[in-house]
Amino acid sequence: MPETQVVRSLSTAIRQTIALARRSTLELFRQPALVVPSLIFPLFFSFLGNSSFGKTTSLPGFPQVSSYLQFQLAGTITQGVLFGSVTGAAALATDIENGFFDRLLASPTSRTSILFGRLAGSTLFGALETAVFILVLLPFGADVAAGVPGIIAMTISGALIALAVGALMASVALKTGSSEAVQGTFPLLFILLFFSSAFFPRETMSGIYRTIAGLNPISHLVEGLRALSLEGFTASATARAILVPLAIAIFALLVAQTQLRARLRAN
Amino acid sequence: MRSAGQLIKRSLINTRRLPSAFLPTLAMPIFNMVSFSGTFFALTKLPGFPTDRSVNWFMPLGLAMGSAFSGVGLGFSLIRDLENGFYDRMRMAPTTRISLIVGPVLATWIRVTLVTLIVFGAGTLLGARPTAGVLSYLCSWIAALGISTIGAGWGLGLAYRFQDMRGAAIMQLSIFLTMFLSTAQVPLNVMTGWLHTVARINPITNIFRLSRSGWVNASDPGHMSWSNAYGGLIAIAVLSVLSLIFALRSLQKIDK
Repeated sequence: MPETQVVRSLSTAIRQTIALARRSTLELFRQPALVVPSLIFPLFFSFLGNSSFGKTTSLPGFPQVSSYLQFQLAGTITQGVLFGSVTGAAALATDIENGFFDRLLASPTSRTSILFGRLAGSTLFGALETAVFILVLLPFGADVAAGVPGIIAMTISGALIALAVGALMASVALKTGSSEAVQGTFPLLFILLFFSSAFFPRETMSGIYRTIAGLNPISHLVEGLRALSLEGFTASATARAILVPLAIAIFALLVAQTQLRARLRAN
Repeated sequence: MRSAGQLIKRSLINTRRLPSAFLPTLAMPIFNMVSFSGTFFALTKLPGFPTDRSVNWFMPLGLAMGSAFSGVGLGFSLIRDLENGFYDRMRMAPTTRISLIVGPVLATWIRVTLVTLIVFGAGTLLGARPTAGVLSYLCSWIAALGISTIGAGWGLGLAYRFQDMRGAAIMQLSIFLTMFLSTAQVPLNVMTGWLHTVARINPITNIFRLSRSGWVNASDPGHMSWSNAYGGLIAIAVLSVLSLIFALRSLQKIDK
């Protein structure tokens, strides 16, 4: 293909992705009932946790923190982003159910822009949620040792987590074409969250629970974010916060692309 | 009572025919018990924590959550019956209004008893050990029945008022908040700040005290005694009566 044609195709795909991203973002913000729970519940659990577990910060194995809220901030962000990502994928499944996906396929739209446009909305919402959680909890003692650069890095990390989980959930949507099936994965995410270090450090767990938490990818997502809260803006903390979700996002995007191709072949 | 008996039979047959609807009611308390015991295991190392076995502390929480949502689940079923017209046929039948409430509540008691037995079994496998013999199991079972009754009355009342799934969201949220704004996760002496104030006046705290009295250490002030039990029994009695009156009044409203 001549170079100008490649450039033209690429710029068309980017314009289509931006248009579909705009649609998926507006869709989320026009239905507050869909997104408010993923903002409110994590904040409620944070304040509840701070009052319930405030005395646990002196336990052996608990990292040095100024308050439980400082420890919990990363878990709150991960919780909110996880639950918000399910909403975006359910919307993709709804597009498949109501025929909008088929209309997109019938139009001269690049196939990858259909997927990336949808994921862009979830990613943006994930970044926004992260920023909201940090801004709301900061005055209550959720200090971020890494300062402003750390907050920016946490926001990028939150966006990447949203992209990773959104892509995995989008795979379920593309495979099943059912919004109910996507919603049905919510309990699984809930279970994964509880068997992780989102609420308590792995060092305070014992036996099989500690092993499960160690193998759970959610623990590593949370600990990457937590490193910026607790350790400061170090190369190691930033790398963990960004590279872990990035690696999972790349894997998840490959899975989603595979499912998209399978659906296109079936169509 | 005959009408109530038929409604109990219908509810239990539904459970047998649709085990997939019953399994989440069973899975949730076990999941709560397992995940909380493992994740928050270190709480038992806090000075003054009532027990040194985390599963002893969190098994009553699992039971309470399972019972509450079993009760509220009646509200969900009722919404479905209202939406598909089945409930109108029941209301036209020559049956007392009280039986429309008592029957399903008693069926919930049977389901909650089954769940309680299974959770006790699972808890024992995880290492839960009673500190007051048979009374430990009895108090937890009574607390579970009480919470399910309160949840059922509340769920039925909201279902009659809203008659659609808006009621379901309010049921879940209100039960969830009421449970967690109490000593669901930690005892009063471990709490700090606003939650301590709220939990002290929340009657569910007394029900948790009753449920846990047979699972905390014998040396703990919360151990099995009449002073730790009567508050929970009063809370169960009062809240059950209030929630069932709410359900009956709401049903009478749709009759008008």
